[in-house]
Amino acid sequence: MISDEDVKHLGWLSRVELEKEDSEKFARELDRILDYFTILDAVESDLSPLHHVLELSNVFRDDVVADSLTAEEALSNAKLQENGYFRAPRIL
Amino acid sequence: MSCLEEIEKTFERIEESDLNTFITLNKEGAIEQAEMIDREGDGEGRLRGVPVAIKDAITTKGIVTTCASHILEDYIPPYNAHVIECLLSEGAIIVGKTNMDEFSMGTSTETSYFGPTLNPHDRTRVPGGSSGGSAAAVAAGEVPLALGSDTGGSIRCPASFCGVVGLKTTYGLVSRYGLIAYANSLEQIGPIARTVPGVARLLDVISKPDARDSTQLGSEGGYLDNLTPTIEGLRIGVPAEFFGEGVDPAVSKAVWDMIHTAEAEGAAYTEISMPSVEYSLAAYYIIAMSEASSNLARFDGMRYGLRLEDTGNWHDTFSMIRAEGFGEEVKRRILLGTYALSAGYYGKYYLKALKVRRMIKEEFDRALKDFDLLFSPTMPFTAFKLGEKVNDPLSLYLADINTVAVNLAGLPSISIPAGYSEGLPIGLQIIGRYFEEQRIMNAAYALLGDVEDE
Repeated sequence: MISDEDVKHLGWLSRVELEKEDSEKFARELDRILDYFTILDAVESDLSPLHHVLELSNVFRDDVVADSLTAEEALSNAKLQENGYFRAPRIL
Repeated sequence: MSCLEEIEKTFERIEESDLNTFITLNKEGAIEQAEMIDREGDGEGRLRGVPVAIKDAITTKGIVTTCASHILEDYIPPYNAHVIECLLSEGAIIVGKTNMDEFSMGTSTETSYFGPTLNPHDRTRVPGGSSGGSAAAVAAGEVPLALGSDTGGSIRCPASFCGVVGLKTTYGLVSRYGLIAYANSLEQIGPIARTVPGVARLLDVISKPDARDSTQLGSEGGYLDNLTPTIEGLRIGVPAEFFGEGVDPAVSKAVWDMIHTAEAEGAAYTEISMPSVEYSLAAYYIIAMSEASSNLARFDGMRYGLRLEDTGNWHDTFSMIRAEGFGEEVKRRILLGTYALSAGYYGKYYLKALKVRRMIKEEFDRALKDFDLLFSPTMPFTAFKLGEKVNDPLSLYLADINTVAVNLAGLPSISIPAGYSEGLPIGLQIIGRYFEEQRIMNAAYALLGDVEDE
C-alpha cells in the first residue's frame, strides 16, 4: 500500500508540489497501477537487463568545433534573465 | 494550380475543420515558402510544395512547440529537429503543429492542454494517441502527410482509430535530434499517410543519417523506388497472445480476413505463441515512466517555458512551476517513474522490467527467424468515446496491449486499415525484422493497394 504521505514525498523528490487532495487521489491510482505491475513478480529471469535494443556503446564523433546556439538564442525563451545569464531562484 | 493556391486551399480546409487537429498553424511561413516555390518554377526536392503536418513534440525553429503542455505553451525553439531540416531541404511545406497527448503520454489525445482532437469518423470519439492530431488531420484530408512519434504505439494507435497508414520505424532508423524526449530508449519519429506510397515517400526523406543522434544508424532511402506489392511466398506468424480476451471479436475477424487475403495471394500463415507478451505492458510502463521521470526533470521554467515569480528557494519555486505547468497524467507518470527508480524498489520494478525486456526481444528474435512478418490487430478495439477512459488511467494503459511489445524490442511495425466495424476503422499491425521496413511496406502495399491517390 502506498500512502498519501508516500506520494507527497515522491512529489518532493520529483519537484512537483502536491495539494492534499492530489496526493490522496494519486495514492489510490498509483496503488492500482503498482498492483498491476506485480504481474512481473511471476517472472523468474536470470537474463541480463536490456537497456537499449541496439546495444551500441561509446559512439564517438570527431572532435571538431561546430556552430552552436548563440547566447542570445539560448536566452531567447528565458523569462527572467540578468546581464546575459539565466536568473535562477536562490538556492537556500 | 500554383503551389500558393494549393497551400491556401490546405489552410481553408484546416480552418473550416472542427476536429481541433492543430495547436499552432504556420500560415505565414507556409505561404512565404509556397510563393518562393512558385517564383522558382520547376526545382529539385522530393517533397517540393507538399504540405506536411508535424506532431508538436518535434522541434521547429521559430514555430511555437508546446508538446501540448502548459509548461511549454509559448516555447519558440531556436533550432530545427533533424527531420524538419530533412523536410525543408526537400521542399516540403510545414503547415503547422498537430495536437497530441501532453508530452506524448496517452492513447487518446485527451490529455492535451489544448483540448482533445475529435475522430473524423465520429466526432464523439477519440482519434487515438498520442499522435492523434497528425492521424486525424491526414484522415480528414486536411494534409496528405504528417509526422508522428511512437513510444508505445503513438503512431499506430491513432492510425488504426482514424483509418490511415502509420509506420513505427526500427529503433535507430530516424534521428531523434529535436524530438522532445519522453522515453528515449523506446521512441521513434515516423510517417503517417493515407497510402503506403505516401508513408514510403516520407520515410525516404526523414531517415537520412544524422551524427547528432548517437543511437541512429539511418538509411540510404529508396523505399518508394523499391515499393512493389509483395506478399507471395511470405511466411506469416500470427501470435495468439495478440488476440486475447480483451480483443473485440469484430476486430479479430477483420484482421483474420486480412490474413486469409494474404494467404489467397500466396503467403502461408501459422498460429504461434509468444507467452512473454503478457508481461510487455507492465515492463513497458515501468521503463517509459522511469525514463520520463528523469527526462522531464529539465522542465523547470528557468531556461524556457512557464516561469512564476520566485516563491521561496530553488526547490520550492521549481516545484510550484512544475505543479502548475504539468497536467495530471504527466504528474502521475513522473511520480510512478520516481517510485520505480527509488532505492528499495529499483530491483523489483525497473531492473525487473529490463530483464523482461530482454525476454521479449529474444522471443521476437525467435519468431522472426521462422517467420518473415507477424500479423495482429493494432488496437484491441475501435475508437472509444471521448471521456470514456480518461478518468481510469489503468484501463487506458491496457489499450496499448498490442503495440508496446514492439517498442520494447525496437522492431518496426506498420498499422494499415483493415475494414470497419459499425463505421469505425480497424487497424492491422504488421511487425517485421530490424530495418526491414521495405518488406513490411511491400506486404502492406499488396494488401491495401492504391486506396486513394494523393
